[in-house]
Amino acid sequence: MPGLLQRDRGGRWFLGILAAVAIFVPILNLAVPAGSALHLSDYGIGLIGKYLCYGLLALSIDLIWGYCGILSLGHGAFFALGGYAMGMYLMREIGPRGVYGDPILPDFMVFLNWKSLPWFWHGFNHLAFAALMVMVVPGLLGLVFGWFAFRSRVTGVYFSIITQALTYALMLAFFRNDMGFGGNNGFTDFKDILGFDLHSDRTHVSLLVITAVILAAAYLVCRWIVESRAGRVIRAIRDAESRTRFLGYSVESYKLWLFVFSCVLAGIAGSLYVPQIGIINPSEFDPIGSIEAVIWVAVGGRGTLYGAVAGAVLVNYAKTYFTGALPEIWLYALGLLFVLVTRFLPDGIIGAWELHRKRRALPDSPEPAHVEGEEGVIVKK
Amino acid sequence: MKPTGRPMTTWLLTAGLVFSAAASAQNTIKVGVLHSLSGTMAISETTLKDTILMMIDQQNKKGGLLGKKLEAVVVDPASNWPLFAEKASELLEKDKVAVVFGCWTSVSRKSVLPVFEKDDGLLFYPVQYEGEESSRNVIYTGAAPNQQAIPAVDYLMKEVGVKRWVLEGTDYVYPRTTNKILEAYLRAKGVKPEDISINYTPFGYSNWQARVAEIKKFGSAGKKTAVVSTINGDANVPFYKELANQKISAENIPVVAFSVGEEELSGVDTKPLVGHLAAWNYFESINTPANKAFIDQWHAFIKNPKRTTNDPMEASYIGFNLWVKAVQKAGTTQTDKVIAALPGLSTPNLTGGTATVLPNHHITKPVYIGEVKADGQFNVVWKSPGEVPGDAWSDYLPGSKDIEADWVTLHCGNYNKVTKKCSGQNYK
Amino acid sequence: MKRSAWGGPWLVLLLALGGAVLPVRAQSQKDAAFLTTLGQLRDASYDDKQAIVEKLSQSGHPGVRAVLQALLDERLYYRNSDQRIFIAKSAEGDPLKLVDPLTLKDAGSASADSMTQIGTNNALRHSVRLTLARYSLSSPDAAVRLDAAREILTSLDDATIALLRERLPLEKNAAVKKEIATGIALADLDSTDASARLNAIATLKESLSQDVRNRLEQLTGKNSDGSFTEPDERVRRAAAAAMQTIDGWRTFYADIQILFFGLSLGSVLVLIATGLAITFGVMGVINMAHGELMMLGAYTTYVVQMIMPGHIALSILVSIPAAFIVSGLAGVAMERTIIQYLYGRPLETLLATFGVSLILQQGVRSIFTALNRSVQTPDFMSGSLRLNDALEITYNRLYIVIFTLLVFALLLLILKRTRIGLDIRAVSQNRAMAKAMGIRTEWVDAMTFGLGSGIAGVAGVALSQLTNVGPNLGQSYIIDSFMVVVFGGVGNLWGSLVGGMSMGVVNQLLEPYAGAVLAKILVLVALILFIQARPRGLFPQVGRGAEDK
Repeated sequence: MPGLLQRDRGGRWFLGILAAVAIFVPILNLAVPAGSALHLSDYGIGLIGKYLCYGLLALSIDLIWGYCGILSLGHGAFFALGGYAMGMYLMREIGPRGVYGDPILPDFMVFLNWKSLPWFWHGFNHLAFAALMVMVVPGLLGLVFGWFAFRSRVTGVYFSIITQALTYALMLAFFRNDMGFGGNNGFTDFKDILGFDLHSDRTHVSLLVITAVILAAAYLVCRWIVESRAGRVIRAIRDAESRTRFLGYSVESYKLWLFVFSCVLAGIAGSLYVPQIGIINPSEFDPIGSIEAVIWVAVGGRGTLYGAVAGAVLVNYAKTYFTGALPEIWLYALGLLFVLVTRFLPDGIIGAWELHRKRRALPDSPEPAHVEGEEGVIVKK
Repeated sequence: MKPTGRPMTTWLLTAGLVFSAAASAQNTIKVGVLHSLSGTMAISETTLKDTILMMIDQQNKKGGLLGKKLEAVVVDPASNWPLFAEKASELLEKDKVAVVFGCWTSVSRKSVLPVFEKDDGLLFYPVQYEGEESSRNVIYTGAAPNQQAIPAVDYLMKEVGVKRWVLEGTDYVYPRTTNKILEAYLRAKGVKPEDISINYTPFGYSNWQARVAEIKKFGSAGKKTAVVSTINGDANVPFYKELANQKISAENIPVVAFSVGEEELSGVDTKPLVGHLAAWNYFESINTPANKAFIDQWHAFIKNPKRTTNDPMEASYIGFNLWVKAVQKAGTTQTDKVIAALPGLSTPNLTGGTATVLPNHHITKPVYIGEVKADGQFNVVWKSPGEVPGDAWSDYLPGSKDIEADWVTLHCGNYNKVTKKCSGQNYK
Repeated sequence: MKRSAWGGPWLVLLLALGGAVLPVRAQSQKDAAFLTTLGQLRDASYDDKQAIVEKLSQSGHPGVRAVLQALLDERLYYRNSDQRIFIAKSAEGDPLKLVDPLTLKDAGSASADSMTQIGTNNALRHSVRLTLARYSLSSPDAAVRLDAAREILTSLDDATIALLRERLPLEKNAAVKKEIATGIALADLDSTDASARLNAIATLKESLSQDVRNRLEQLTGKNSDGSFTEPDERVRRAAAAAMQTIDGWRTFYADIQILFFGLSLGSVLVLIATGLAITFGVMGVINMAHGELMMLGAYTTYVVQMIMPGHIALSILVSIPAAFIVSGLAGVAMERTIIQYLYGRPLETLLATFGVSLILQQGVRSIFTALNRSVQTPDFMSGSLRLNDALEITYNRLYIVIFTLLVFALLLLILKRTRIGLDIRAVSQNRAMAKAMGIRTEWVDAMTFGLGSGIAGVAGVALSQLTNVGPNLGQSYIIDSFMVVVFGGVGNLWGSLVGGMSMGVVNQLLEPYAGAVLAKILVLVALILFIQARPRGLFPQVGRGAEDK
């Protein structure tokens, strides 16, 4: 494990920044007085927390896309499922303080004339159970979906499109009020988590620190996976799936377990996101949202892990900034950003920077081949 | 009127964002505008952003407020609910706005509500909604169900003689609540369960063929049938097109809608819709001097003589005027004082009568029922005798009939008259 | 009624009229009465207006029909200055061209501001329509008579039944005769004579109408005290049998209708997927801007209609090539500036085209505002084709099915029978070889992408007739179109056709049982499972080019 970061300069930087966030953010928010120029507002806390959750989602996508060539255009679904599992706990935690004052049923159930709690809501009054479900539900769905898909050797764009179908179907299902997940409004109006008031700054700062720590841990685990022996097989699958299979590796199980792990990570990201944002509703399943998440990875640079996180933060920062500063035309700016990055920085921003650094270090080294597609086919042009 | 210039020179990206202390000049009052300018809701909300900008412009021409100029801070929450919360927090914490005009969908309001309560902001919400809410920090200037749905059903029952009802809605909280209230109301009026058909379709539903065929069948049972539509936004055009194509005219099965107004009709070929109904608290066609002046002013501001006005625009207009009056009365823009000043304040409606803020933070509104004309305007066929006070908690729902909202004497938005307890979203 | 308000000017007018046409006093008295009644329309309540309409129609004045028609079409006005009533030639336009209701001759024009329209409501329009239908029953045009007879059947009373009995022997057209006979039979069911009722049922058995069925059902039912509503058992049995026959046919036609609904939904799916089947299927570009190219086509339709007001039917026909060119050029521009650098990297085309889609969306928002645009439906596409009382097929859906098949056939023709089609197929099968044979692959790429985009634009023209024309139009269809292409098999046009049609039919077959949302979810789940079973879609591409797609 300690040797893990020796050759990973970017990773060291990344973890360093995360550590700085985890240390300085609480100080700047809680210790620095509100009037000071260095004070970090609650609004800032909310933003950073959200970016870190998105970063974790991007990390989970980069793990399978960047290292195994599995492009999931439905990772938002796993993110949202994790969020819903956490949301169910937060709803139960409201208890009798809901609008209608029912001690057990959440408000929307009282409103829809439900008489008792549906079976799948039991157990969610314990955070531990909810935390388990945050991982089990997306993991299980990933397992079933992946098992079918990889066993049948659904690959490439076919896989991408059916993941879109998956998240689309889930979105439609969760929009239904009859499902028992609050329909379009989803879950809101959370009060506290483990007794800590969700409206207080301290809770928000703590959640942010927890997110940063989990993101760092997830990064290390991902790095460990890709640097391990299995990681080399995984990369071999990305570059030449059939050859790897002919060499005797069980391509399907490597892909499946990596995919399931990635789904679990996405679920965790969603569960951290919900208490910080204060709402979860079916629009998190929107297929376009999943595509956007893939774009964060591409903008940051796929196949570097920390690049994905950087991309998520960068694109979302751009979105935050532009929607405030250029509310009428921000979509042009965002659209142009995507076009320009793919056109001129095929390896993303981090990729371009790394390339630049390598070139400077070794002026004569040849440009690394850009490998894409199955079986290493790059003939087209 | 241009949105505020913001500090553009942030290169240390996150640092710049988080620390950029709002360079607020103290001689202006900032007014937040939180309406989606992109995404699915942009179609409805962009107009409201322009309305508020027009009102601010006009107020500034009159010399501003408390001797200061008003300054609009426009943001785009992009029809994305978490982004609504983020932008609300940006407006309140970073830009330090005095008031926010915004939101359209219920879920966007629910999403920003905790932010407004935490940061003690003030939101004017200008759209008709399902009720079942009353927050200290929100003034609801759109209609509650008793100011729109129930009068419309009454009209159909009494004046048109409707005996059979189709309650057709998009599957989200507003139609669900409205239909629940209406079902309870109709049953109380002696309508049999087999004469009520309730159906929900998803957002943006466009393949109406089978459902309309079913409505047609339901309506051919020999009793006068009407459709009460709470279909949302984009699904309406295909719905009405299908009705027309399957030759369901307003004369045999009238459709009364609560979400279809002048602006929605401006994007539709209205000839096949003639005679279908809508219930609102404002119609552009109502001929009063105030309304005419408002329409002229709108045309001049938006530089398009063909742009329509609609009910949520009037609600924004009323909300803005109420806020101005409250600030003048309180002598400050401080939220607590403005909120305290609001209940009891009145401002004239565009169509006659006055809008008064009630202790439950809803307002009084006249109710109109109009029939669609071929030119996309409405012909008013019924008008409530006076203004109807907005009821936050419906009397027709078992869960909420004992609940009362009163921010003047009880200081509670969710007071249970039976248990004598205050609870709900304002529990602290 | 406030007579004093309008009495004055009318009195003057009546005097003037009376003075001018003394010799025909009887006629002039009739005219005066007509005008007085007409004048009452100005500020009567809707209920009073109905009584006035009734009074007008009983007056038998030659101007009645024109006036009632004008009232129905929102063309009846009164002049604010002297309260006189006029008919406008058209409800649109300013100034209004006026017609005198008495003489039906031109009466000059007046600005729209100086005239006030006489409003109607649904009940009033219904009774006006019924009154007019009575006139139309003797129209020389059989189609008009048919519509009138059907209108009258919706509300029968003694007067209309008497009229129907009068018309029956005079009517020559079989269809109209049948409607009239149905009306009389419905009336005869109330006859006291049991054999007359039996005869009526025998006539009604032939009908498929829901109204008839409901009436027959009443005959088989019981009163609240337990006695039968129909005393004669033979009549009851005949009614039950007739009802069963009608029900049987109606169910049969309802099934046919569902099948048609399925085909029409399917053809929309095929239409939106056909363009993508080229850009994505043949070229391997994951074109997220496909929806926005359709949106461009829909907006082109709107613009063409703006340019050619008054020629709606023609404007739709013009829009088809126009939309093809606009979207096609947009596609070529996209290909030349962005996509050509990304071949062989399909997943990156996704990113770039997603960016383009955002830009295009915001572009139309900037140009046309975020509001939806109103695209008119030409007359030939509105309404429905009535096959019988139980089965009607809406024209817009019918035309879209036909249109889809035409577009598809044309595309096949281009690909299989033209030089550029040959080039496209060659390049898609083996780029290197094609290049070696001297095909300008770059040019072919641009043309292929332009062709796919152009077809997306054409699909947009069709969508403008079905749904909202707004900035979100594209996004609502993009996922469906990808599903269809993948289901059919990437790179196979026939797959898209069969795939789209079957998805449409399955969706509609499920809908009555599962509801709209669940039906769609089930179709998506079925699609996911299908791809597991056949990972390359319905019609997988075979051969050496297949693997690297």
